[in-house]
Amino acid sequence: MAMTGVLRPGHAQLRVLDLEEGVRHYRDVLGMVETGRDEQGRVYLKCWDERDHNSVILREADSAGIDFFAFKVLDEATLDQLEGDLQAYGLGTERIPAGELLETGERVRFTIPSGHQIELYAKKTQVGNGLQVLNPAPWTPASEKGIAPVRLDHCLLYGPNVAEVKKLFCEVLGFYLVERVLGPEGEGEAAIWLSCSHKVHDIAFVEHPEPGKLHHLSFLLESWEEVLRAGDILSMNKVPIDIGPTRHGITRGCTIYAWDPSGNRFETFMGGYQPYPDYEPTTWTFEGLGAGGGLDYPQRKLHETFLTVVT
Amino acid sequence: MQHQVTIEETGEQYRCGEQESLLVAMARSGRRGIPVGCRGGGCGVCKVEVTGGAFEKRVMSREHVSADDLACDRVLACRVFPRGDVSLKVLGGMHKAVCTSAGLRPGLQTKQKLNGGV
Ligand code: FES
Ligand SMILES: [Fe+2]
Repeated sequence: MAMTGVLRPGHAQLRVLDLEEGVRHYRDVLGMVETGRDEQGRVYLKCWDERDHNSVILREADSAGIDFFAFKVLDEATLDQLEGDLQAYGLGTERIPAGELLETGERVRFTIPSGHQIELYAKKTQVGNGLQVLNPAPWTPASEKGIAPVRLDHCLLYGPNVAEVKKLFCEVLGFYLVERVLGPEGEGEAAIWLSCSHKVHDIAFVEHPEPGKLHHLSFLLESWEEVLRAGDILSMNKVPIDIGPTRHGITRGCTIYAWDPSGNRFETFMGGYQPYPDYEPTTWTFEGLGAGGGLDYPQRKLHETFLTVVT
Repeated sequence: MQHQVTIEETGEQYRCGEQESLLVAMARSGRRGIPVGCRGGGCGVCKVEVTGGAFEKRVMSREHVSADDLACDRVLACRVFPRGDVSLKVLGGMHKAVCTSAGLRPGLQTKQKLNGGV
């Protein structure tokens, strides 16, 4: 598949109640690399194998949750094109100047019908993954520190108007539907998993009355062994775990969900499959979500906290 | 030092150390009553009103606890640490959980089952 247009999730800015506690969690327990701090006091981190300067930005605030989630696009012409397309679709967009986030170019920001702020950008300084580009070694000391996921993989957001969100992502931004959960009476789509790539999801949404909520940010590991090791590391550090280790029926991902010190849920996971845009989407009934093992395949049950607790 | 915590609605009682939050001690002792969520002061489901007793608290989300709430000891149980015997009323979670059928939330019936009738 040719990779053009929107390439991948690029960065997420999270609100944390206590900055240093947040940094200790993402840097020392999760094992991300701290790459900078700005005048506003925000802290920038990246996963060891990511090449761009940052993927998670922590901002101390009086509430938890997500400020914005951003996608990197192919180049500046693509950014201009998509900005025009969004406006033609009827969405207001805003240009955030280059440098407002460290080592990051101009961003096009817009609010989607679920109440979330989404950004597109084309430039972020490539600081590399600590390996040479010519004849590289397979790993580095940074890949062995903490849980050490390879990348920020996707996020799941909770908010209203999921049908409109799907239309926007699919018709304007070039995403496609990979999986979905129908509502309790078989009506509409209560949850959708969208991809702009060959990944089982780059972003997902669940219908929810309150706008702009974060369900989780997800970080990719390379093996089930590493997911179990992540469980050990979380427990050693007394990080509260929501679910897992287990496997979802939905996306087939093998996963653990836990909460950061401010109550923002995060996921460490591996697996899934590699969909193409011509695949027929997989559909789960509302029953299938629980008894069908959509959420938790081995246990075939709904987990109340997973369905209701968000920031 | 251990203190006694009483959930007024049910009369449920449990012990809570000074380094332990009211919420974590409840969960650890196998008691129920206060909804358990993120345990980090962010999600708001564990909101209680402390009706008696001394306590200390850590930073918690303003989205769920207003200045007014704070002044009236309406706080998030996962951020409250007892300094004496404490009694409380449960405010959080339940209402939010049963009031909507939108999205993936379990319906009312499932809910009552999950909450074990508390
Ligand atoms: S459990 Fe989330 S705020 Fe207390
Ligand atoms: Fe996920």
